[in-house]
Amino acid sequence: MKVLRPHSVDDALELYERHPDAVPLAGGTDFMVAWNGGSENGRLILDLSALASWRRIRDTPSMLRLGALVTHWQLQQETLVKKKFPLLVDACATIGGRQIQSRGTLGGNIANASPAGDTFAPLAVYDARVRLRSAAGRRKLPFMDVFAGVKKTHLRPGELIELVELDFPKKPARQFFRKVGTRSASAISKTVAAGLLWLRRDGTVRELRFALGSMAPTVRRLYSVESFLLGKKPTPRVVKEAVALLEADVDPIDDLRSTRFYRMEVSRNLLRAFLRSGS
Amino acid sequence: MTMPVSITVNGTETSHEVEPRLLLVHYLRDVIGLTGTNVGCDTSQCGSCTVLIDGLAVKSCTVLAVQGDGSDITTIEGLAKNGELHPIQQAFWDNHGLQCGFCTPGMIITATEILKKNKKATEQDVRHGLEGNICRCTGYENIVKSIVAAQSVAPAKKAGKAKKGTA
Ligand SMILES: Cc1cc2nc3c(=O)[nH]c(=O)nc-3n(C[C@H](O)[C@H](O)[C@H](O)COP(=O)(O)OP(=O)(O)OC[C@H]3O[C@@H](n4cnc5c(N)ncnc54)[C@H](O)[C@@H]3O)c2cc1C
Ligand code: FES
Ligand code: FES
Repeated sequence: MKVLRPHSVDDALELYERHPDAVPLAGGTDFMVAWNGGSENGRLILDLSALASWRRIRDTPSMLRLGALVTHWQLQQETLVKKKFPLLVDACATIGGRQIQSRGTLGGNIANASPAGDTFAPLAVYDARVRLRSAAGRRKLPFMDVFAGVKKTHLRPGELIELVELDFPKKPARQFFRKVGTRSASAISKTVAAGLLWLRRDGTVRELRFALGSMAPTVRRLYSVESFLLGKKPTPRVVKEAVALLEADVDPIDDLRSTRFYRMEVSRNLLRAFLRSGS
Repeated sequence: MTMPVSITVNGTETSHEVEPRLLLVHYLRDVIGLTGTNVGCDTSQCGSCTVLIDGLAVKSCTVLAVQGDGSDITTIEGLAKNGELHPIQQAFWDNHGLQCGFCTPGMIITATEILKKNKKATEQDVRHGLEGNICRCTGYENIVKSIVAAQSVAPAKKAGKAKKGTA
């Protein structure tokens, strides 16, 4: 193993351009487990942990910018995050135990692209944008366009996640985060759900955003369900019809943690619980 | 090729040339000889390797020593002061909070962070805070009891110190 430990972003980007085969290392809570297991022997490591400027949370009048190295613990401490993006805070509080939260980063969670990344459902409903940076320049991807598949992203060689942008949302009428799993410190979630709902004065749906994690190779927004409910009142009959549409939006798998049948059943229950929570 | 690291451990500055692959826990145990921090799994599951890095509980089996460069670390050896056990250590002693003792350093270090952030931690808070620590012996009952009890050990200890001062 060889470790490069740049102290400035420019140095990091230049090193990554010269060594595109290097593995970026942030908190190491994903990578170091694999490395201790021997599967990453001999890799060249680009340790990002000394890039202090990527540890910051900054706000503008319209949005929050979360540096890639912001930890799950940090996100739970920040007043503005708690106030405006409580679903993200809820998600971070369920990740690993406190030791994992104080080390694991938002950028690492995204770049790792696990189907079970717990921040993904909240980031999906907040319509996050991910800012990428390489020696060649910057670009931005809508959060839903970051993932290419299980453990795969659309990051290009030499490109790092620099930060995550979140526009301040209008206050929703209802919001919802649930993680269904076993022991959270060691288990990977079976299903994660995040929802935001805005209503018109007459009780009809102005906007709905609902996302499920661990239900497909990557996080899914329930676009069919969302557009079906636009302009409708979430009465029991309408909710029933909406829940029946869920299958069009997700395609869960059978794996060692759970079955497709179980995941579908839980997801329907979660969606129903959210849509009915106000009535 | 080795790399230089400087890490403050329990208030003492340490500097060494280390292999980049050296894990922080092995730096603590093998390079500077503090063997109180244990390795139970090396896959970030058990928590027995927990130390405080800049005041936060972290599993040192999955951190590279070179990533700890410039940081301030507290291990189980750093808790007792002037030959007196830390209140949490004392509470583990008083409440039989350990059997084999392998998980204990990680439990106690994690507990210091739980109690620092929550001045009135309930049994539930403690159980939640120990999610990342596994014990194969005790069934957790006495561990949780010890940590909850440690909150009332602290004032008693201060009184003890005051007595010493006046003697
Ligand atoms: C015991 C345990 C429990 C866990 N529980 C959960 C859980 O409940 N929910 C959950 O979602 N996760 C969980 N995890 C996984 C992990 O903690 C998170 O995914 C964490 O956010 C990863 O961040 P990191 O900084 O540690 O990533 P690292 O391990 O440092 O990196 C992960 C990957 O991302 C890449 N990377 C990191 N930063 C960047 C960047 N800025 N730009 C480009 N690439 C980058 C790395 O090259 C690597 O491939 C758990 C892990 C452990 C060990
Ligand atoms: S040895 Fe580090 S968590 Fe088990
Ligand atoms: S006392 Fe033996 S592992 Fe906890």
